[in-house]
Amino acid sequence: MTQTFTLDGKAIPFADGQTIIQAALAAGVFIPHLCYHPEFKPHGSCKLCTVKVNGRQTASCTMRAAAGMQVESNTEEINAERRALTQMLFVEGNHFCPSCEKSGDCQLQATAYHLGMMSPHFDHFFPNRPVDASHPELLLDFNRCILCSLCVRASRDVDGKNVFALSGRGIKTHLIVNAKSGRLADTDIALGDKAVQVCPVGVILRKRTGFAVPIGERTYDKAPIAETVAQEGT
Amino acid sequence: MTYNLETAAHPEKLRRVAIDPVSRVEGHGKVTILLDDQNKVHQVRLHIVEFRGFEKFIQGRPYWEVPVMVQRLCGICPVSHHLAASKAMDVIVGARKLTPTAEKLRRLMHYGQMLQSHALHFFHLCSPDLLFGFDSDVTKRNIVGVAAAHPETAKRGVLLRKFGQEVIRHTAGKRVHGTGSVPGGVNKALTVAERDELLKDIYPIIAWSRDAVHLIQKVHIQDPGLYNSFGIFRSNFMSIVGHNGDLDFYHGSLRARDDNGKLIFDGVDYQDYDRYIEEEVKPWSYMKFPFLRSIGKENGWYKVGPLARVQNCDQIPTPFAEHERKEFVDYAGGTPMHAPLAYHWTRMIEMLHAAEAIKELLHDDDLLGADLVVQGERRTDGVGVIEAPRGTLFHHYRVDENDVVTMANLIVSTTNNNQAMNEAVRHVARRYLHGREVTEGLLNHIEVAIRAFDPCLSCATHALGKMPLEVELVDAEGALVHRLSRS
Ligand code: SF4
Ligand code: FES
Repeated sequence: MTQTFTLDGKAIPFADGQTIIQAALAAGVFIPHLCYHPEFKPHGSCKLCTVKVNGRQTASCTMRAAAGMQVESNTEEINAERRALTQMLFVEGNHFCPSCEKSGDCQLQATAYHLGMMSPHFDHFFPNRPVDASHPELLLDFNRCILCSLCVRASRDVDGKNVFALSGRGIKTHLIVNAKSGRLADTDIALGDKAVQVCPVGVILRKRTGFAVPIGERTYDKAPIAETVAQEGT
Repeated sequence: MTYNLETAAHPEKLRRVAIDPVSRVEGHGKVTILLDDQNKVHQVRLHIVEFRGFEKFIQGRPYWEVPVMVQRLCGICPVSHHLAASKAMDVIVGARKLTPTAEKLRRLMHYGQMLQSHALHFFHLCSPDLLFGFDSDVTKRNIVGVAAAHPETAKRGVLLRKFGQEVIRHTAGKRVHGTGSVPGGVNKALTVAERDELLKDIYPIIAWSRDAVHLIQKVHIQDPGLYNSFGIFRSNFMSIVGHNGDLDFYHGSLRARDDNGKLIFDGVDYQDYDRYIEEEVKPWSYMKFPFLRSIGKENGWYKVGPLARVQNCDQIPTPFAEHERKEFVDYAGGTPMHAPLAYHWTRMIEMLHAAEAIKELLHDDDLLGADLVVQGERRTDGVGVIEAPRGTLFHHYRVDENDVVTMANLIVSTTNNNQAMNEAVRHVARRYLHGREVTEGLLNHIEVAIRAFDPCLSCATHALGKMPLEVELVDAEGALVHRLSRS
């Protein structure tokens, strides 16, 4: 007999060991998330995937599903918190969507639309973060890093290279490149690496290809993120 | 070409009248006038008060981002910046000649921009003054008043603009902040459906543009005393011209003439623009004052935009607009027309040309092609120049071997017209304000003079955030009493 839990009044089947978000996505129900990726161990840092389980808040990417759980996700209260978290991410970095080459393919932007975020609300930090353009094929634009650690996990766990790391604590946390010089050119990163593909925002970019895809044909032009992700079952 | 009224001999004890912000000019501008006890005008300056430091902003960014990013410079002609930056980046990526599909799509985008910008300026911003008079009832002197008194004219203004915006949307992807043009070409051709949608409306657009030329021509000819002399000053003029001296908004070489129409230079490759044009910094303004090097800063300033272009070219390569150009040249009597209000007439001739050129492009199957981008040998320096709605627009970039912009220099149309606008304002002040009580109607005359040039003041400030600026107070003997300067 399949076991189920209840998500916003709907029965969601799950297998042993599955997290709430895994089961929900497999059932075609979208829960907003940024640091979760189906191919990697959960990181539980962005808190966008927060849900209420039997009345208590928890990250759905780290919480295992259990039979009979009562889970709330798509409520005005929870979405308002998610919206505030997203707004904070926007002001902590320099996210200017109209001139960003990841616009239309960016998970942060798509999530902000999904949550109905109309403005950043908080004061911008306007941090000063120069790009690392040292690598001949890749550009790092640190201005947009949301510290999800996906590139760290991909480089370490899939590529076996350890090119990226998160350094510092709290508000000082930032992405670094593991090279003596700190420059991407002095690492063994390669174009085909998983780490090059996973960034949900516009930090790790293939050079000289920005804006090649016209407006209308980008990922989230075709369908909003909730549908896109639910269709993929990721 | 005098500098009268740029600086009052004794600015102390003078009453300051500020028009701020100049209403109905997009962006932010400020005119200050120093008057004495008898309301005599001693000093008139057009200030650009907005300050944005864009060149600094662009430095350190990857070059392919620049054509999209520079659209933030200007809310009313973003496409001009998009294309001027793309043209500069074409040079950087070694794409000296684009594919026919790419070049024609960019032209289409640009002519759409011309149409919508000229329509906006004429119908929304200027028609109230032109149809009702400069000192008519201020409560009716606006677009709502035009809509009530001339509903058909107002409606056409809206539809002309909308058509231009649709052209932009189909070529750039969006009405504002499109991404259609990329270094070396474009990212998208037109689909047959998009082409047909635009084609179905183009004939009335051309007809209405012709009517608009005739409307302003009539207004102008009916009152030569005003239209041929209001704010008048003589100056050099400059623009790019296309093949065989054609009027061309998208591409060509630089040509400048003196106030009598005699060539100063012609056929200049704009990659060398800085050998021909220099920019002067004046302590009282953030905006620079460009001039032709061969003539020098005293007399080398010039005007750009419709009045310059229509008189600088040898012909317009579309029939209706060429007919109207000839009418205009005949009216001017074989010598260059310098009256600022003639900008309106020439602007409408340009709008007609844009409409006709769009029609010709829409009948060209190259727009549907698949060959979108070319590349060649990389270069470090690239200059892109385009005739934007308000005049010649220069974008110059240096890009290092890591693909990052290390230097940016922009000369926007409004900066090119900086001295010219100041001259027009001084002339109007001398003629209409001198010794009189200041009324709203009189002040509006000054705005009318500025507005003829269609300045986009918000994008015209040219600085890195560190330009020295100083304020001086001088007493009756001409001695310095107080100086305030920022280093
Ligand atoms: S670079 Fe991208 S993938 Fe890596 S931590 Fe930052 S946002 Fe995440
Ligand atoms: S997706 Fe769960 S905490 Fe980020």
